[in-house]
Amino acid sequence: MATQETRLAARLLAAPSIGLLFVWMVVPLAITIYFSLLNYNLQTSVTTPFVGLSNYYYFLTDPAFLTSIMNTLLLVGAVLVITILGGLGMALLLDQPIWGQGFARIMVISPFFVMATVSALIWKNLMMHPVFGIFAWIASLFGAKPIDWFGDYPLTAIIIIVAWQWLPFAALILLTALQSFDQEQKDAAQMDGAPPIPFFFHILLPHLARPITVVILIETIFLLSIFAEIYVTTGGGPGLASTNLTFLIYQTALLQFDAGGAAAGGLIAVVLANIVAIFLTRLVGKNLEG
Amino acid sequence: MSRQHSLSRRITMTTIAYLFAFMIFFPVLWMIITSFKSEIDAFALPPKFLFFHWTLENYITVQGRSNYPLFAANSVILAGGATLLGLLVGIPAAWAMAFAPTKNTKQILLWMLSTKMMPAVGVLMPIYWIFLKLHMLDTHIGLIVILFLGNLPIMIWMLYTYFKEIPVEILEAARMDGATRWKEIVFVLAPMAVPGIASTVLLNVILSWNEAFWTLNLTTTSAAPLTAFIASYSAPEGLFWAKLSAASTMAVAPILLLGWFSQKQLVRGLTFGAVK
Repeated sequence: MATQETRLAARLLAAPSIGLLFVWMVVPLAITIYFSLLNYNLQTSVTTPFVGLSNYYYFLTDPAFLTSIMNTLLLVGAVLVITILGGLGMALLLDQPIWGQGFARIMVISPFFVMATVSALIWKNLMMHPVFGIFAWIASLFGAKPIDWFGDYPLTAIIIIVAWQWLPFAALILLTALQSFDQEQKDAAQMDGAPPIPFFFHILLPHLARPITVVILIETIFLLSIFAEIYVTTGGGPGLASTNLTFLIYQTALLQFDAGGAAAGGLIAVVLANIVAIFLTRLVGKNLEG
Repeated sequence: MSRQHSLSRRITMTTIAYLFAFMIFFPVLWMIITSFKSEIDAFALPPKFLFFHWTLENYITVQGRSNYPLFAANSVILAGGATLLGLLVGIPAAWAMAFAPTKNTKQILLWMLSTKMMPAVGVLMPIYWIFLKLHMLDTHIGLIVILFLGNLPIMIWMLYTYFKEIPVEILEAARMDGATRWKEIVFVLAPMAVPGIASTVLLNVILSWNEAFWTLNLTTTSAAPLTAFIASYSAPEGLFWAKLSAASTMAVAPILLLGWFSQKQLVRGLTFGAVK
């Protein structure tokens, strides 16, 4: 099928995409590396332009760096766990013989369509406000003290918001996977009297390995660069409590006007993201074969 | 006996499923309801769920203060432009990789996806600088290019998984019948590819519409989409929940409706070939 001519045509057709993505990756990266070696402040005039690696030194030894890495890992990890477990639960529920499955699905997918700034604002005010929010009202029904989410548990609050945004994605992919699972296989298992729990672990879960991998991959790509939710709700605080790496770099660049430091931080973020990427693509590559 | 059992099981399952689905949906619903309240009702304790004086005043105020159609039009231009450009460049690439794969194809696909791993903030400075030099700040074309490149890997990936499902034998049969390459593409491939392309378009429009890093940092007024519209309401309207809700509802309504009507298409595409 793949003749010489076809192969050439295929190369030509793929070339624009590969070329554009390559430029999109390399040019900004090169400029970032260049900036990262300068003492380049957007506010003050430059005095000592070339400073070698000192931007990296300051960024890496800043205690804020370690904190932001921890927050990034916590945010990504917690959201992945919540969305996959919650999504699996929701998918299993929707896969049961229920009435009006379509309508329930529409309700579940809705958060996915809401832009990050809007969902952050809605959660911050209408849901999590310590006096007038829905959560505070529910707490008061049980005579509990309302939680000041963004004051006391800022990172947890952001995790809840982000998990809410991504749970629909996980739920729907896993639901599609469950539905593609052969009905006959299910019936056969039931006929054999396979008890539900071993059936789940030995038959259903292996079937879901691929979709779960894809959920992890796609979500991680987006979760590593969470920005709008933090920008709108906590601004990274109180202190550094909800600052992730993306937000730390943003602060360095646009609040401290330290372009050199931000570029160094950006490059560190790129390196870290690539480590995650290598790990993930290995995982996915293995799972997507065949 | 067995039917009785399954009926009661069905009722229980429906109730539980709807309970959880409703919990997930609630914040969206609550936003919509609050947008029809007076500010006083919006802060009422206990919350007023349905029995309050429904009003459109917030929508009128929001429209009076900022030009919603302008922001909405920008969102449409940006999302539409980025998607069109993506199709133009992405379809040939995905077609090539699906029908004439080399031993590097998988590697290239994964590399493409890995470009998305690059945190946007890491390249904010250079992109801002380039845009400044090229006078592309706050222009449609500048943002369209950014959104297009940002989503291209996902687009190619999705199209690729769809195209791979098209059986090669059909192409061979068409070729046997003397179809030229163009005829093959137009009459054989295109009809089979339409569903895949449709769901790719949907996802891309949604991602572009909701993109809130570049659109906030690279626009001010003339190319600013709805993400900027809502951001302008975040600070002063923190104390005005009803107006905030109305602005939010206006910002998400178009894509929410699109999503609701096309969710079947979309969900199939979202699986990135993970579900066979």
